[in-house]
Amino acid sequence: MSTTKHARIGEEVWKSRVDKVNAELVTLTYGSIVQQLCKDLEGDYTEVNKQLDKMGYNIGLRLIEDFLAKTNMGRCNGFRDTAESIAKIGFKIFLNITPTVTNWSADNKSFSLVFEENPLADFVELPDDGRAQNELWYSNILCGVLRGALEMVQMQVEAHFASDVLRGNDSTEMRVELIRIIDDELPPGDE
Amino acid sequence: MSFYFAIIGTRDNPLYTYEFGTSKSGGDGVARFREDQRSMNQFILHSSLDMVEEVQWTNRDLYLKTVDRFNNLMVSGFVTGGNIKFLLLHDQKAEDPIRQFFTEVHEAYVKTLMNPFYEVDMRIVSVVFDQRVRAAARKYL
Repeated sequence: MSTTKHARIGEEVWKSRVDKVNAELVTLTYGSIVQQLCKDLEGDYTEVNKQLDKMGYNIGLRLIEDFLAKTNMGRCNGFRDTAESIAKIGFKIFLNITPTVTNWSADNKSFSLVFEENPLADFVELPDDGRAQNELWYSNILCGVLRGALEMVQMQVEAHFASDVLRGNDSTEMRVELIRIIDDELPPGDE
Repeated sequence: MSFYFAIIGTRDNPLYTYEFGTSKSGGDGVARFREDQRSMNQFILHSSLDMVEEVQWTNRDLYLKTVDRFNNLMVSGFVTGGNIKFLLLHDQKAEDPIRQFFTEVHEAYVKTLMNPFYEVDMRIVSVVFDQRVRAAARKYL
């Protein structure tokens, strides 16, 4: 599938088949989740990242079903096709943003998503405690979502943020790496 | 013209202060308070809080105009919906520019408040907010 086709599908589904909610509601809800996690875990940001990733994972497991139902997409043609679908359709219909797919590795197994805008992080400034800037990945839930969603379609991936404008970096970049294609395995003892 | 601006929280605690001079008609943006008067500014400003609390119930607008006077100095006030008070000490009358200044600061304050890591009545240390206040001061006063 060509990339323009992806963009078109994303646009179409976004316009016709998606319920919209107020952006600030999303931003503030997500913000209070992160803030509460930071409080509950007493500023252990590594643990906060982990929890966010887990929450995202659980969202991803379900979201992929919704995604497939709304878009009527078939199989992807390789990992590059998957990447385009994620960026131009997935992010488009759920967050109305289109991150740029770039920085492909030579073996075509990992790529970067560069976010020009990030509705989760509007208004946010990280706490000025000298650690959050280096430890907290504020939008880490997105990594979990991708991991969960792709796992349901037989792709085990590893996703993490490489930079974030909230930390003072120039761009927000997420690195996604394909670990392996999960083969259909028969449950043990079930011939 | 010189100004002294302060944001006061709901428990009468200061959240943010900024002293500056006019940037209009060739001003360089530096406050020119007399040295012996400078330390008085905070007192004058905070003593006007009682007046603000009186006026805020008789006025429908958030902008309360000039609420208090002390010799040649005036204090203008602005109360946000959440009862955060903006106070500006100034030595010349300038109703409209001050209104515009307050409105812009209010906008910046709301943005700050939307940050999940900021809580009401917390001191405002955000650099972004500071820059926006400075820009508003340069633009209108």
